[in-house]
Amino acid sequence: MTAPLRQSHRSTDDALVRAGRALRVVLLVALALLFLIPFYLLVRNGLASEDDITSPDWTFFPSTLHWSNISELFDDPTVPMARALLNSSLIAVATTIGTLLLASLAGYGLARIPYRYADHVFYAILGTMMVPAAVTFVPSFVLVSSLGWVSTLRGLIVPTLFSAFACFVFRQYFLGFPRELEDAARVDGLGYWRTYWRVVVPNSRPVFAAVGTIVFIGAWNSFLWPLVIGQDRDAWTVQVALATFTTSQVIRLHVLFVAAAVSIVPLLVVFLFFQRWIVAGVERSGIDD
Amino acid sequence: MTHTPLKSRLLGTQNRTLWFWVFVGPFALGLVLFTYVPLAWSVYLSFFDAHNTVSPDDFVGFDNYTSMLRNDAFTDSLVTFAVFSAFIVPTTFVLSLALALMVNRLRRAQAFFRSVFFLPAACSYVVAAMIWKLSIFNGVRFGLANTVLGWFGVDQTAWLSTTDPPWYWLVIVTVRLWLQAGFYMILFLAGLQRISPTLYEAAAVDGARPGWQVLRHITLPQLRATSVAVTLLLVINAFQAFDEFYNLLSTSSGYPPHARPPLVYLYYTALGREQNLGLGSAGAVLLALIIAVVTIGQARWFGLGRKED
Repeated sequence: MTAPLRQSHRSTDDALVRAGRALRVVLLVALALLFLIPFYLLVRNGLASEDDITSPDWTFFPSTLHWSNISELFDDPTVPMARALLNSSLIAVATTIGTLLLASLAGYGLARIPYRYADHVFYAILGTMMVPAAVTFVPSFVLVSSLGWVSTLRGLIVPTLFSAFACFVFRQYFLGFPRELEDAARVDGLGYWRTYWRVVVPNSRPVFAAVGTIVFIGAWNSFLWPLVIGQDRDAWTVQVALATFTTSQVIRLHVLFVAAAVSIVPLLVVFLFFQRWIVAGVERSGIDD
Repeated sequence: MTHTPLKSRLLGTQNRTLWFWVFVGPFALGLVLFTYVPLAWSVYLSFFDAHNTVSPDDFVGFDNYTSMLRNDAFTDSLVTFAVFSAFIVPTTFVLSLALALMVNRLRRAQAFFRSVFFLPAACSYVVAAMIWKLSIFNGVRFGLANTVLGWFGVDQTAWLSTTDPPWYWLVIVTVRLWLQAGFYMILFLAGLQRISPTLYEAAAVDGARPGWQVLRHITLPQLRATSVAVTLLLVINAFQAFDEFYNLLSTSSGYPPHARPPLVYLYYTALGREQNLGLGSAGAVLLALIIAVVTIGQARWFGLGRKED
């Protein structure tokens, strides 16, 4: 928090400051309402009947709430929603665990194990952040298809596990990790490996939570890669399924909206639970330095 | 210093190198396999006539590059990107900075407002595009925008299919603005919290009036590094725009030829019906080069890495 400015004793200034503050609050509330409208529409349409959604006489609340939309979604044999949710969950969980493991080990090695070429390795890793990931999707598709991994969970998960961003965040964090704790472990005869697992990891839970949440949200929401690799219906993620439904004529609007609403529930839970860690993670990562 | 045999064994130079690679090796190997190899392969493919094959043998030199650069669809996609970033970069920058400034000064409910503005970051482009396309900016019969405008007697607009005037830009820009402003707000908030309060006290002593003067002479200069980083991220992300274009504009009958940003164009070239991987790779390499030039140029222009005064 910045300290409030010292205020002038003159009453006109006081009135101006007070008016400014009131204006700011009104503006913030209005913007907050504007930002919440899409969420409200998602829930409103997800629980409305199709007639309510497409009615020219639009109402704030649907005439009746159709909780049955949820069961209709999962009972509809033309909509592989359960499978898509399962795929997305498996991918998001595996990607999160894998990324945390690989990137934290690499970040620790780069930050704490003295090695002549450590800086060169670090720049080679950092360099891949400059190559926008999306630009490599054509060659990556080529590689994955030549491995025979198209439409497999392997193909959806493995190539996304090597996040230079996550590695960078962990390295920055471990550079600032108190050395005394590690030194104590060293004196007790622990090597790098056991020091890492028994001392460093248990004392670094917040950064793991922050990076994990960001990775989980990214994996759950990613679209281009699953679209390219998940060609078979059985390999669809939630996002690919929703996108396919949106342009198909088969599915009805209320089912589509309830599907979209269902698809953000896992994320909202993760998000609300870990939100303060995301904020702390972004603030500590130094990406804006 | 006395070394116990155990300690010297663990800290010996050879062992350190070994342990370094035990920790860093798996990650580095993955990056080589899934970033460096695809990049190299892409450059290789771009010199071949590669329809539907990943191991072509018809070397064509720079033909893919010249046909790509002479191709109106590709150059149009670059124009689309330029128009898109001309809208999205300044609007996101201003909105996220304004949100950060307002939220930062709040004494109460700061966490609440921060959450509300950050919440859309948990939404996917697919879901957001769906809400925009099928609920807010739906064409003629229903939709929030037309309903609200109708109260003021404005005629209904087919937002996404009207190309003259190009109303679809409003739809495309607002989706990204909604999804991203909260994230950049967090970056600005982090920057604001690093500004020393003594600077503001000094400004007050010097008679600077709270508000515009302080903002211009203290806050904005202090946010310089954050602003540069945010601008760079905004431009790079705009280059990679795919999700919202694909989901907002494609229909069951295909994707309209107007408003195809580079990635959407490459997607259809390389993975569409023709599977022209050689041409697609040439486009990807060109795009990567353009991004590199823009990014480096921008960093130079802003003096990235220069210490703040």
